[in-house]
Amino acid sequence: MSATTLGSAQDRHIARRHSLHRQRQWALWGSYIALGVFVVIFLAPPFYTVMTSLKSSAEISSESGNPWYAHHPTLENFWYLITYPNFQTYYLNSVIVTVLTVAISMTISVLAAFSLARMGFWGSQTLSTSVFLTYLIPPSLLFLPLFQIVGWISLINSYWCLVLLYPTLAVPFCTWIMIGYFSSIPKELDEAALIDGAGYLQILWRIFIPVAMPGIIAATIFAFTVAWGAFLYPLAYLYTSNQMVLTVGIVSDLIRGDVFQWGKIMAANLLASLPPIIIYACLMDYYVAGLTAGATKG
Amino acid sequence: MADGTSVPIGVISPTGAVARPRSSMKKLAQRKSTTAFLLCLPLIVLVAGFVVYPAFYAIYLSMLNKKMTAFVGLGNFAFLLKRHTFQLVIFQSCLFAITAVVFKALLGFILAHLMHNLAGKNQRIWRGLLLVPWVIPLALSTLTWWWMFDPSYSAFNWILNRLGFASVPWLGVGWIARFCTITVNIWFGTPFFMIMYLAALKSVPEQLYEAAAIDGAGTVQKLFFVTLPMMRNIIAITVLFSLIVTFADFDIVRILTSGGPQDMTHVFATYAFQVGIQSGDIPLGAADSLFMFPILAFAAFFVLRGVTRRTKEIAA
Repeated sequence: MSATTLGSAQDRHIARRHSLHRQRQWALWGSYIALGVFVVIFLAPPFYTVMTSLKSSAEISSESGNPWYAHHPTLENFWYLITYPNFQTYYLNSVIVTVLTVAISMTISVLAAFSLARMGFWGSQTLSTSVFLTYLIPPSLLFLPLFQIVGWISLINSYWCLVLLYPTLAVPFCTWIMIGYFSSIPKELDEAALIDGAGYLQILWRIFIPVAMPGIIAATIFAFTVAWGAFLYPLAYLYTSNQMVLTVGIVSDLIRGDVFQWGKIMAANLLASLPPIIIYACLMDYYVAGLTAGATKG
Repeated sequence: MADGTSVPIGVISPTGAVARPRSSMKKLAQRKSTTAFLLCLPLIVLVAGFVVYPAFYAIYLSMLNKKMTAFVGLGNFAFLLKRHTFQLVIFQSCLFAITAVVFKALLGFILAHLMHNLAGKNQRIWRGLLLVPWVIPLALSTLTWWWMFDPSYSAFNWILNRLGFASVPWLGVGWIARFCTITVNIWFGTPFFMIMYLAALKSVPEQLYEAAAIDGAGTVQKLFFVTLPMMRNIIAITVLFSLIVTFADFDIVRILTSGGPQDMTHVFATYAFQVGIQSGDIPLGAADSLFMFPILAFAAFFVLRGVTRRTKEIAA
């Protein structure tokens, strides 16, 4: 008698567990479906970029059939761009500007962050705050006075002005991330090194940089993103194609008057987006961690 | 500066350091702060030369006439405020920033919640897919949007026609063009909100939900009494950051519409570009840009206040 009631209670228990499990399963499926819808919407433009880049000019101008699908896929647009001297110049200029910007920004911000996080001097607290405030200044606020300043140092229409100006966009946030990472390193570590007779630069080089590597990767990706994708400064300061970088080069070179070579524009778009996509695909976790740590820490 | 004096003294009379430990400590501290200052010097030079100086120069510049020969005081600002186009710019900038940020915040919140339900490995893949809009340089992805909005052979109009609707002149009519610029901004910015919120959701301790469940809280109650209060700080900071960036946006409007039709989609940045670079009236453009400043300062004040309060909470 008692055994049967116990059995039925157990059954009920199992049944309830099952229903709970099923409920959770449904929630999971619901999430998947909803996310799927979002992914389709969010990835529609990149998908369309790929499809258009595979179409020939004839197929685009015939204006028939489903535009979301390349009926006669061809790589002629890509081939055209790879062998197009202007496009090679843009790519090379972008790489030069980006590499230099990243190097300069990281040097400046790592040195400053080490000093602000660990050493301190009269007014260093104020400096940290003002670095953060600088990050809040968007490029579109100061591009006109900077246009004058760039003119004075005669760097108008030279991509070197970008090497000079991009660090102002990258350094504040990079410094901010690095201060966060450096502050999280236990003080005992550098005190021990100091007692052993290490100098500050040695401590930075031997201890802080290796320990804070995730932060450095995050900051580097940020500087890269800024330098690779910036549009306003190059559009305002560069006007001949031998100095242009990818973003303005594609917009101003491939669009001539009313003739839109959409297949080529989209192929160029894809080639120019490739480096950021590859970098994010490999290092996304570091970047997201750095970004969110920067925000949650303050 | 201290290096030149303190190092030789230490070398010549090592006993001196022992005899006067306090002064040598002082010197060490001084040397430390000098080194610290030198390490910050590149940053200070960069910020002073290319941010602080241009900011003050902008104020001076905005008070000159077009040829930059005469001082006109606040004339440029008064001129702008009286101009109908500029009134449209103010309206559109606010509409653009507020609408876009509200939608980004909402969609980002929904996405983060959906994502939070998934297990670790799957979550990474989905997150990666949804981050794609944010990874592509904005100027380039806006080109794709422009092509998709193309009136004659547009990707969207084809779908509409298939479903039996008439074609829409996406970028040709004021309000529709405004809607398009906002849509592109939402598409680009939502992933950022998503990852911020996802990080915040992960930092909410599981025990709080368990405690709420024991007290009989439902899903909605958990959301309003556990999740939202715990995320309040991150939501505030992310929204304000995004507000600044969206408000100062240039790429989307410049590429999609260049401010048209009838200047209805101009925002501060694109109008400053048109006036300052294209028409060559740099002072007027600088004045236009400076109108962004009060709003940015307002947002910055609240960001900073949130940040300091939060750091105090952590310290306490």
